[in-house]
Amino acid sequence: MAEPNWLIDFPAMDDESLRAFNRAIDEAYRAFTRTYGAAIEDAFTPLLRLMVWFEQLLLGAPWWLVILAVAALAYGASRGWRLVALVVASFLLIGYLGMWEDTMRTMAMISVCTLIAVVVGIPIGILLSRSDRLKAAVVPVLDVMQTMPSFVYLIPVVMLLGLGKVPGLMAVVVYAIPPVIRLTDLGIRLVDKEVLEATDAFGASPWQRLWGVQVPLALPNIMAGVNQTIMMALAMVVVASMIGVKGLGQPVLRAVTNQYFAMGVLNGLAVVMLAIIFDRVTQSYGRRLQRYRDETR
Amino acid sequence: MRRADRTPPADAAAGEDKIIIRDLYKIFGPNPAGVLPLVREQGVGKTELLERHGHVLGLDDISMTVRAGDVHVVMGLSGSGKSTLIRHLNRLIDPTAGSILIDGAEVTALSGAALRHFRRHRASMVFQRFALHPHRTVLGNVAYGLRVQGLGRRAAEDRARVWIERVGLTGFEQRYPAALSGGMQQRVGLARALATDCDILLMDEAFSALDPLIRTDMQDVLLTLQGELKKTIVFITHDLDEALRIGDRIAILRDGAVVQEGTTPEIVMRPADAYIADFVKDINRARVLRVKAVTSAEIKGARGAVLSAQATLEEALTFFHEDPSGRRPVHVAERGVVGSVGLPEILRAIERPNVGPSDARASVLTS
Ligand SMILES: Nc1ncnc2c1ncn2[C@@H]1O[C@H](COP(=O)(O)OP(=O)(O)O)[C@@H](O)[C@H]1O
Ligand SMILES: [Mg+2]
Repeated sequence: MAEPNWLIDFPAMDDESLRAFNRAIDEAYRAFTRTYGAAIEDAFTPLLRLMVWFEQLLLGAPWWLVILAVAALAYGASRGWRLVALVVASFLLIGYLGMWEDTMRTMAMISVCTLIAVVVGIPIGILLSRSDRLKAAVVPVLDVMQTMPSFVYLIPVVMLLGLGKVPGLMAVVVYAIPPVIRLTDLGIRLVDKEVLEATDAFGASPWQRLWGVQVPLALPNIMAGVNQTIMMALAMVVVASMIGVKGLGQPVLRAVTNQYFAMGVLNGLAVVMLAIIFDRVTQSYGRRLQRYRDETR
Repeated sequence: MRRADRTPPADAAAGEDKIIIRDLYKIFGPNPAGVLPLVREQGVGKTELLERHGHVLGLDDISMTVRAGDVHVVMGLSGSGKSTLIRHLNRLIDPTAGSILIDGAEVTALSGAALRHFRRHRASMVFQRFALHPHRTVLGNVAYGLRVQGLGRRAAEDRARVWIERVGLTGFEQRYPAALSGGMQQRVGLARALATDCDILLMDEAFSALDPLIRTDMQDVLLTLQGELKKTIVFITHDLDEALRIGDRIAILRDGAVVQEGTTPEIVMRPADAYIADFVKDINRARVLRVKAVTSAEIKGARGAVLSAQATLEEALTFFHEDPSGRRPVHVAERGVVGSVGLPEILRAIERPNVGPSDARASVLTS
């Protein structure tokens, strides 16, 4: 038997070893799952409760009350009526086309995921801004998280936690958190050095300097990160329907497998409307945060 | 105990030594301590240190004394180390070697909470480019130092309002800095620094970014306030007119070293070298110098109208229209006649000193 020529064929691992290699990793992960799965699931119970509660709140409330609440939020963020009109029109259309319930579920999911991403992401971003070495270690991880095909996240969370809301939540948060972290770090690093020097000269403590100057001045950038995070979470929520996350993703998934063109497009458009609303609301809030920059009265 | 040392030693008698800087060195670079002996023992200069050893000599053996209640001006061309020096006084920059005593306490030894306490209660600062907090209103900016000290919002804002009024910004409390002109922003910067009640005020080219007319305005504001507050002010400038207008004493820096220190008339009348002579050559001596600088103690023989020691030489000249060859008595408020002055001394003082060739400044700029 002739030796395979490694100059022509790539000297790959043979199939046998590759299978063994993959199996070893899977086994190790399964062992981890068996040992810690239950504990991790327990740890997530409060989050699950929060999500269920919020979902029930949105589904249980009368539709007009929900629209009123979101419209009030839009007004609070933008202080303008155009955004409010957009919000009301979108929701009326969504309800009229029979997608109210799925939309509420998706909104609940996005809100909780964004909340978690912000609560976890901003402190991480702050830490990164304070240490170049930490940043050099974490940024590659963020790069991997953002470029890894989103479906891949579904596998380990399903192995760990099975199907349902919590694994869906984890997959969405992991996929969507990098922008908050990155832009918090960037925003804080961009704060004017002379302003910080003056802050030090007045004897501010590190805590006073962080919350009184660095974070407020980084807020427009942080808001831009939150905005991107929401957009990514919306995209991921559709993918996460494959592991049992209810909402607008499920009808889309069904439409794909059964070739229901109209149903796919309508639900897809509902996602787009949610995206536009979330985007406009967070962006106009971000702009309002910077109004001091060109204030002329 | 904190509370007790919160009040600065009330009005350390004017004229006493307040800030004493001794043998201060600052070297920028990867290994300042390593190259310090080269500078200190072998006298390696700024250029050689940079070209041969890759370090920047920021301050070169500075010794200087600032008296309580004085406006002590530090002057020098761009890059001479003025900002570096003033930032040592509140330790925004740490020295490579040397000592800074303020009211007898070693500032270079402060760290952590003690350093913050010093910055909150002892020395406040005004910056060349204002460095206001863009996200705070005028009121919020002026109250900031007080908030950092731990005062409640109401109390801090009440005290801030007083200072906003003192610098003439009443009515602008709720504006943001971006909506104010440069002159107004620096009034905010000044109010912010004064509001903390620190006994030392550090001003790094505080008025250099302003238009000439506004700059004169701000100098007036400062002089008026200082007449009443009697703070110890270290004032950095590269503008000689400004230095002469507000300084009690002037120190001149070049390449990180003090080349001359003295009162205004000393600098103007006896420049130590060509570099300083060049600095002072274009000023109007008759307006800057005062009679007391040329008065001699001899009273006998003086006749005619009595001159004030505070009068400028320009004003004094008018007293010699009649009887130009006679000497005039010189009078100091509360002390009576203390001496006399004659026309020849006045004319000699007004004359430009002739110290070496006057291309010193050009060579500094190109070096
Ligand atoms: N952080 C730094 N690193 C290296 N060199 C510096 C640093 N800060 C100041 N210098 C140098 O020290 C010298 C004095 O600077 P500076 O105090 O800013 O001068 P001035 O305020 O008189 O214009 C200059 O040569 C400057 O380049
Ligand atoms: Mg400077």
